[in-house]
Amino acid sequence: MAESLVLKGGRVLDATGERTADVVVVDGRIAAVGADLDADRTLDAGGCVVAPGLVDLHAHLRQPGREEAETVESGSRCAALGGFTAVVAMPNTTPAIDSAAVVREVQDLGRTALCAVHPSGAITVDRAGEVLAPMGEMADLGVRLFTDDGTGVQDDLLMRRAMEYAVGLPHDVVLAQHCENGRLAAGGHMHEGEWSSRLGIAGQPHAAEEAMVARDIALARLTGARIHMQHMSTAGSVAMIAEARASGLAVSAEATPHHMLLTHAECASFDPVFKVNPPLRTAADVDAVRAGVVAGTLDVIATDHAPHTQDTKDEPFDQAPPGMLGLEFALGVALAVLDLPLAEVLARMSWRPAAVVGLEDQGGPVEAGRPANLCVIDPAASWTVEPGATASRSRNIPYVGRTLTGRVRHTISAGEPVVVDGAAQR
Amino acid sequence: MRHLLDTAALGRDDVEELLDLTDAFVEVSARSVPKVPALRGRTVASLFFEDSTRTRLSFETAAKRLSADTMTFSVSSSSVNKGESLRDTALTIEAMGVDAVVVRHRCSGAPHRVASWIDASVVNGGDGWHDHPTQGLLDAYTLRSRLGPLDGCRVAVVGDVKHSRVARADVHALTALGARVTLVAPPTLLPPSLAGWPVEVSHDLDAVLGDVDCVALLRMQRERMTEALVPSLREYTSRFGLTAARARRLGPDVVVMHPGPMNRGVEIAPEVADDPRAVIVDQVRNGVAVRMAVLFRLLGAEARPVAEAADLTGRAGAEGAAPDPPRTGRSPRTPEPAEVPRG
Ligand SMILES: [Zn+2]
Repeated sequence: MAESLVLKGGRVLDATGERTADVVVVDGRIAAVGADLDADRTLDAGGCVVAPGLVDLHAHLRQPGREEAETVESGSRCAALGGFTAVVAMPNTTPAIDSAAVVREVQDLGRTALCAVHPSGAITVDRAGEVLAPMGEMADLGVRLFTDDGTGVQDDLLMRRAMEYAVGLPHDVVLAQHCENGRLAAGGHMHEGEWSSRLGIAGQPHAAEEAMVARDIALARLTGARIHMQHMSTAGSVAMIAEARASGLAVSAEATPHHMLLTHAECASFDPVFKVNPPLRTAADVDAVRAGVVAGTLDVIATDHAPHTQDTKDEPFDQAPPGMLGLEFALGVALAVLDLPLAEVLARMSWRPAAVVGLEDQGGPVEAGRPANLCVIDPAASWTVEPGATASRSRNIPYVGRTLTGRVRHTISAGEPVVVDGAAQR
Repeated sequence: MRHLLDTAALGRDDVEELLDLTDAFVEVSARSVPKVPALRGRTVASLFFEDSTRTRLSFETAAKRLSADTMTFSVSSSSVNKGESLRDTALTIEAMGVDAVVVRHRCSGAPHRVASWIDASVVNGGDGWHDHPTQGLLDAYTLRSRLGPLDGCRVAVVGDVKHSRVARADVHALTALGARVTLVAPPTLLPPSLAGWPVEVSHDLDAVLGDVDCVALLRMQRERMTEALVPSLREYTSRFGLTAARARRLGPDVVVMHPGPMNRGVEIAPEVADDPRAVIVDQVRNGVAVRMAVLFRLLGAEARPVAEAADLTGRAGAEGAAPDPPRTGRSPRTPEPAEVPRG
């Protein structure tokens, strides 16, 4: 039998509430929760919160195909350091995750990862927006989220068919959309507005995102499909989703840490570390995204962790690829910018995203018999992001020099202490 | 001043200092031997990722008249085509021992990126739609030469402002000197937001023509038609072209500028381009002197009063006859002269 482990002296916090208790982990499961418990090994949780591990619905692990930027393993190490015990890997790899074979490949790579890795599947073959991908075959392997992320599905009728088909699958799946009207966004490298005008960089208007949000809400109403709006960035999108949810539609939606903190003014340096898609928007949009998260309209915080090598970012703004790192900083940014109790932040980063994709091993209450996917957070810790402070193979951190609040001390994934005292154990 | 990247970063004092220096170098350029030793031993590289023979020749002529050595690195003959990153290209150029790099690139901000990686001075030779500082300065110089001080002077910048680095440079350089700028274009050719721009806007050229001291025309790219930004060249010309009929409404002292190359018959009628009020050739001539002033300011004249610099340029033109200017000490690659005469 494996070594038993106790998280000692912490406050346990999950969807059921909060209490002071030690948590014993044996053989991948929570064995006991209570006072004065002991085990072979003790991890100090004094002054910390013991919570279900965080769940990220939007991570780019770059494998297969772009291993120089990230691998499933290096990405999962970032995730564990950020308190995540599960990530959903986006399908814009090379080849795209658009078949049972590639799903299996990523699942195999995930077996040695430092957290659970759940591949998502593409909606269309090669994410080309032309032919539906075999969603049923992928769903049979456990895929529960489908997206062409990186681009939105442009063809209105094809998107309708994808939704109709998804409704008929024997599994409960969600169709996630990178909402970007390709014609309206074409050629844009940042938000279209005051800063794009000053800098002379082609922009993407608010309407490029909002046009597709509006279309997909209409199609979801038509088809009854469950949809998930990825990385919402505009005040108009937040308002439309609030209205759709109020009308009873099954729509969930993400906010990223960077869209809750950074504005398009960051691009004034022309540094492509601030190039991301959807782009950093106005201060009013940042406020609306934060307010949407606080109100629960945006019910999920997802990282859109998007590693890119230094080489590809050592280019002019127009030519560099969009994307920024996020897994290790998401909780710190969320706690720094959101006027919410910790439990509410954890709801949006753990049990709610787990529910969106039906991950029963994740986000559940901290009680005996449950799988031991846990994170131990020091909510009072304040830390400044240093350059290169990441386990990623890439270095595109947009938060360098910023002070964040709340830091992960330990992460327990499937019973294994993968992060202890802020250090990855393998 | 270490780099010249943005016109917007130049205050009135900076612009006036550069234009006063330009005066001195215009005089140098008019000599039988138009050359001074101000930057002897310095090397200026042209790093052009976008073809612009005019701008490149203007900078190289300026560098040579200051006795600097010049190097040209153009994209067609470089390893950039083989996938080398901009950073590696910049570091390679620097390793050859240059003191200043003139960067021209089709992407906005490329010179800023280069400046963040290398120690040499970087001059923005035109980047994307963003800025073209020496063009803004030469336009300001040309206009000041014709009209005197620009305070209150009314300038209409007409045409495709949205995609024009010249327009952005002109707005900042001219308003820094007190000019009042009106942008004239259909909304499709204006930037999406003008928040923070010190300008007025009109969509009606005829409404502003009666009230201007200068009309600065911008080049109209033909691809703007295919992008549906204007219905046709013919309609553009009829609404925003400086036709002969519109030119007749301009007073005798009104200045007409164009950064070239011109589309005669589109943004400017052929006879208007050849009108004495058009200063298009002056702009080119002044461009060399402005670039001399900029290179001198960056490489030869840090902390040196303009009067001294003017004095320096006023010496005999033969190379070697005048003393080197004091070096800034920033570049260790060229040896210091044993004795540096002052003044
Ligand atoms: Zn996306």
